[in-house]
Amino acid sequence: MRRGKLPGVGGLDTDSTGDDMGGIAQTVRSYAERFRSTQAGTRERPLSAHLKTLEAESMHIMREVAAEFSNPVMLYSIGKDSAVMLHLALKAFYPSRPPFPLQHVDSTFKFRDMIAFRDAIAKELGLEVRVEINEEGRAKGINPFDHGSQVHTQIMKTEALRNAMTRHGYDAAFGGARRDEEKSRAKERIFSFRDSNHSWDPKNQRPELWRNYNTKIRKGESIRVFPLSNWTELDIWQYILEEDIPIVPLYFAARRPVVERDGQLIMVDDERLPLKNGETPELKMVRFRTLGCYPLTGAIESSAQSLEEIVLEMLTARTSERSGRLIDHDEAGSMEKKKREGYF
Amino acid sequence: MNVQTTRAEVIERLTHSGQRGVLRFLTCGSVDDGKSTLIGRLLYDSKLLFEDQINVLEKDSRKHGTTGDEIDFALLLDGLEAEREQGITIDVAYRFFATEKRKFVVADTPGHEQYTRNMATGASTADAAVMMIDARKGVLVQTLRHTYIARMMGIRHIVLAVNKMDLADHSRGRFHEIVAEYLKSADDLGFETITPIPMSARYGDNVTRRSEAMAWYDGPTLIEYLEDLDIDTEIQNEPFRMPVQWVNRPNLNFRGYSGTIVSGTIRPGDAIVVAHSGVGANVDRIVSADGDLEQAVAGDAVTLVLNHEIDVSRGDVLAAADARPEVTDQFAAEVLWMSGEDLLPGRSYLLKIGTATTPATVSALKHRIDVNTYEKKPSRKLEMNGIGMCNVSTARPIAFDPYQSIRDMGAFILVDRFSNQTVGAGMIEFGLRRASNIHQHAMDVTKDARSVIKGQKPAILWFTGLSGAGKSTVANAVERKLAAAGHHTYSLDGDNIRHGLNRDLGFTDVDRVENIRRIGEVGRLFVDAGLLVTCSFISPFRSERQMVRELVEDGEFIEVFVDAPIEVCIQRDPKGLYKKAQAGEIKNFTGFDSPYERPENAEIHIDTTTVSAEEAADQVIAKLREMGRLG
Repeated sequence: MRRGKLPGVGGLDTDSTGDDMGGIAQTVRSYAERFRSTQAGTRERPLSAHLKTLEAESMHIMREVAAEFSNPVMLYSIGKDSAVMLHLALKAFYPSRPPFPLQHVDSTFKFRDMIAFRDAIAKELGLEVRVEINEEGRAKGINPFDHGSQVHTQIMKTEALRNAMTRHGYDAAFGGARRDEEKSRAKERIFSFRDSNHSWDPKNQRPELWRNYNTKIRKGESIRVFPLSNWTELDIWQYILEEDIPIVPLYFAARRPVVERDGQLIMVDDERLPLKNGETPELKMVRFRTLGCYPLTGAIESSAQSLEEIVLEMLTARTSERSGRLIDHDEAGSMEKKKREGYF
Repeated sequence: MNVQTTRAEVIERLTHSGQRGVLRFLTCGSVDDGKSTLIGRLLYDSKLLFEDQINVLEKDSRKHGTTGDEIDFALLLDGLEAEREQGITIDVAYRFFATEKRKFVVADTPGHEQYTRNMATGASTADAAVMMIDARKGVLVQTLRHTYIARMMGIRHIVLAVNKMDLADHSRGRFHEIVAEYLKSADDLGFETITPIPMSARYGDNVTRRSEAMAWYDGPTLIEYLEDLDIDTEIQNEPFRMPVQWVNRPNLNFRGYSGTIVSGTIRPGDAIVVAHSGVGANVDRIVSADGDLEQAVAGDAVTLVLNHEIDVSRGDVLAAADARPEVTDQFAAEVLWMSGEDLLPGRSYLLKIGTATTPATVSALKHRIDVNTYEKKPSRKLEMNGIGMCNVSTARPIAFDPYQSIRDMGAFILVDRFSNQTVGAGMIEFGLRRASNIHQHAMDVTKDARSVIKGQKPAILWFTGLSGAGKSTVANAVERKLAAAGHHTYSLDGDNIRHGLNRDLGFTDVDRVENIRRIGEVGRLFVDAGLLVTCSFISPFRSERQMVRELVEDGEFIEVFVDAPIEVCIQRDPKGLYKKAQAGEIKNFTGFDSPYERPENAEIHIDTTTVSAEEAADQVIAKLREMGRLG
């Protein structure tokens, strides 16, 4: 085994990776401008009817949380769903800022563009972004290559998240999960109760009626809140398009160095990716439909370089979203197991 | 390439599917009627399944399926492992699909009888219900139950999906027979429309394509019906209502009220009032991050700025000035009970309606409804999945409209005050009195005046504990010492209450709750009279002790936990009651076959195995002095 070379250093020329920091900052800066005054500019075309319904429902949920909990937080994963969730929060509380911080759980294996994007969001929008890293895991050198995706996810994501929840004493945490993503999510409530160990009990969920949410908890317990529950992947993209929400450039196709493993295209985002014998990073026109830890996130070959092209490609897509994430393939019902243990 | 044009074109292409907005419906029916198969079929036919999902589905069909080698669509929907193995859907699952005309959210709800509450959950946000019937089995008890729940939850449109027609020879006669039987029960419930459709979900007949085998049917397919169903624009024609969620104050120059409009329409200049106070103002701006709006309608999440400052906070309802909601602290409602612990009239729960939360009790359970026969039956409590007509009384007045007119203005949940579980869901029918008519006559001699004369601040000393723990002994010593020091006291205990005021009550949970409620009210009157009242009652439930605590002002309720292990109490057995309980002569005896819930935050905790009654009494009096009750 040898470690992969940093793209651009090993003679591979790339279009976008890691060199788009200036572009990201500029995009996010002009986005932030929109929320500055107490008299916003009028939009050119009305939002599509079904997105307006979904948007209003999400804003309602966020306001309930802000009003009823004393220490809420938004779990911010930097991906497109988080981008939409943050956008909804900016709209729900406008002209105020969202009355809660963002929390990012950094597994230390996120794409570099994601981190750049996160930092730009914090700076330009003037939001507090807290970053949690499982330092114990990092000191032990936990990584997805030597320890496998399960152990890596458990220690660097699930445990780190629990640490953050406990350290800051959050009583409510927004997550960007959607019911259309995966079977077990379809049955989860919008306000999902977690006991003091941050665990979810699928047999003992609170009934949830109308938009009348039970927010009562005891000390140490918390609620995970999923304001995007009723959105589909296509809704998310359409909303990003209609609202012109900035997203990490990795969603757009560019020539990127990748290796093919188990039918998945893995991007060589830094020198930590060990190359197996015979593997040579190849430059391919790829993009990502979902973002997580780069060694665990499969790219798809695509030429979609704009939102419009992504949506058009979506309309003819034949592979569902989470299949690009290796963690879901570990075993049947795997997401449900992770959730019981406190994975988001 | 002109990017703007392209974007407009793409949005155009996307929104023709969304232009009718979203339709939410639920599927319900009995086990094996084919609900999950129907939804799987809708997802499959609307091309919303991806290849990898189909691959998993085929693999699962071979492993868990009940359809041989064919695809078992039902497996698409069962998400939780345990359910998969049992083959029963036990919870509400939400699914999404779209056709060219509309987007759909489907609530898949359980057919198993004991999970009624999940169906109510799914129905609470649905515009229509698809009632599944197995053509071979016809109308079942559960069909009637689900129909009643759909009506109760305010659903106005029913699709009667007579499924598995392929197993009933696609018989027109059978179809009409089932429809006639269904209408016999459902016709009186007052649905706006009931649309029967014969179908075979497994093969897709009359689901997304017309059935050749049932050419005799000339109505719409299910999907045609759902695409064209006109969901109420009525709600926009109801009077304006907006429960305030959050006061929006980014700086001193801006004050807005954020909330979701639940009915009606609002424009700048419109006159509104705060429902509770009746204080009015005009809407100055409708603020949004997309610029100020000229109009907002039911369903919109907005921020309103008023033309002058009035007192508004979370829990208030902003309403059209010329058509106001009722404000009351007593109303009649249909309540669906959703907890394993029975609903007990008299017990205090938290009631959340809109954005307002207040303690509330069911003051009377008028009758229970047998959802299988729709009969009204007398009952003293409601069990899990029970539905009852109740009088509800709230600690603070609430603003409401009848549920069947404006869902969000008449819908409430009940939350257990200790477990925090959602234990009940209620739909308000009508108010029992207007809060404006219940102003109490102001007396010239007040509680303060009475207590000044007595040189003390009144309080309830509430002694709780097991039988034989020593409550009465300690309370007696306390009263003796207080009286000796010149204080004005009174003592309530089982002897002077059970034999008089409460002699009609027994020892069931329902009666125990009512017992304590009455004692609490009497205690409150004595506090009003300026007395120091000792109350010695087992009072085993936290909820009731909490209820009494809330009857009086802060500092006026002092909980004294007289603690002794049950073994010690059995050994003491001053009244011989434990012996009788052991012999089975007394039922529902606390600590024995009836629970005692230990206080969690008692002001005073007395361990009677280590201190004497005299020492304990001194401890109580010291606490009274520390709290400033003794003047």
